[in-house]
Amino acid sequence: MTVQAWTFVMVGLSFALYIGVAIWSKARSTSDFYVAGNQVPAVVNGMATAADWMSAASFISMAGVISFLGRDGSVYLMGWTGGYVLLALLLAPYLRKFGKFTVPDFVGDRYDSQVARVVAVICALFVSFTYVAGQMRGVGIVFSRFLDIDVGYGVLVGMGIVFFYAVLGGMKGITYTQVAQYCVLIFAYLVPAIFVSLLMTDTLVPQLGFGSTLSDGSGGYLLDRLDQLSRELGFAAYTSGQKGTLDVLFITLALMVGTAGLPHVIVRFYTVNRVSAARSSAGWALVFIALLYTTAPAVAAFARTNLLETVSDARYEDVPQWFKKWEATGLIEFLDHNRDGIIQYTGPESETLNELTIDRDIMVLANPEIARLPPWVAGLVAAGGLAAASRRPPGCCW
Amino acid sequence: MAAGAYDGYWKTNLKYLVVLLSIWLGVSAGLSILFADWLDQFRLGGFKLGFWFAQQGSILVFVVLIFVYVRLMNRLDRRHDVDDREAR
Repeated sequence: MTVQAWTFVMVGLSFALYIGVAIWSKARSTSDFYVAGNQVPAVVNGMATAADWMSAASFISMAGVISFLGRDGSVYLMGWTGGYVLLALLLAPYLRKFGKFTVPDFVGDRYDSQVARVVAVICALFVSFTYVAGQMRGVGIVFSRFLDIDVGYGVLVGMGIVFFYAVLGGMKGITYTQVAQYCVLIFAYLVPAIFVSLLMTDTLVPQLGFGSTLSDGSGGYLLDRLDQLSRELGFAAYTSGQKGTLDVLFITLALMVGTAGLPHVIVRFYTVNRVSAARSSAGWALVFIALLYTTAPAVAAFARTNLLETVSDARYEDVPQWFKKWEATGLIEFLDHNRDGIIQYTGPESETLNELTIDRDIMVLANPEIARLPPWVAGLVAAGGLAAASRRPPGCCW
Repeated sequence: MAAGAYDGYWKTNLKYLVVLLSIWLGVSAGLSILFADWLDQFRLGGFKLGFWFAQQGSILVFVVLIFVYVRLMNRLDRRHDVDDREAR
């Protein structure tokens, strides 16, 4: 079966799972959403929070961004998880104690002001629009690749599916649907990562794998090889930063503070019935988030090494099929400046003109194919990408 | 609960927060950013140490911090009898 056929199978199976879980949990509880949530154990609530938290940005884009930025990509890893610590220590328990269900309500009551409440609503709207825009591009990229269409049309198809999904999401028992989503998402993320780690470094755990020696017999460390490859092609060394220390510091702090205020995540802490449960479900959520967030930099390093080894100085006629497929979506562009039929992929430090532009967002989706994994893995990743991107729109949280 | 007892509860709570958030800042801003270049001279397998803290270690420390906070606060709640276990 082709990648495309496997994609339909995997996406179909995962949707069948969500619908099944939604029906099952609806039958179990006739009480409304918040009350149903009250009976949810902290571990389960933590898993659902993690699914809510990890959007298309985490699943589809983050490893790609790190892949291209190298060390500077750490700002997203630390910013998003570190902000979670602020949320868990400074916000979640108090919002729970205060007994308000939405952030604007909390702000309005706390400062006893309608103006403050309106300001909070406007902020929440801005956050949600920005957030949805990112999600939509993520879904668009998934569909553009697997339906062989331009990314713009991919966004339109994706919107249709997400709308359908949002209607489903309106069903009661959403917590368990989100648990199912988390399982699909993390399975789809870990399987290719483990495969690639085994192939490249003979290490089962990707988090350890990208700090291990290569299995190609050279005996060198993977990250050293990647630094060397990058420098040869005129890119900066992968493990050394390009941005200034202060830049990195302030970007990280800004991401942390912003993360602590994400409205659709805060709202989850009302679905447990005790302050102590709100605290521990915040802890469990970070465990489940960290599983993906510690895998992402490994995926990034593996994908970057594979990419440089595959496309650099390859003959255009001989490029693998994934290359041509992504070219059709407009997310890979090859311009043969010197008309020698060979792909010169070079960085800013190189004297050779760069001929290849690769969209960073495709790296996670393309990774299984770049690493020549079986086609069902690529289908699985697409299903995971959809699980991350299609969800209850954050708008209905307030 | 008497006002004095509540003061004690709040003071201990703040003490926990200050300690935990200092570690949080020390690992993220300190080890992973400000002193990362210096730490890079040490290696952990194939990782330069500063790089490892930025991409792996900091996240692991964050997870531990939240669970330490949960334990400390649950104990504090019980000691000051503000445990809301029976609230519903």
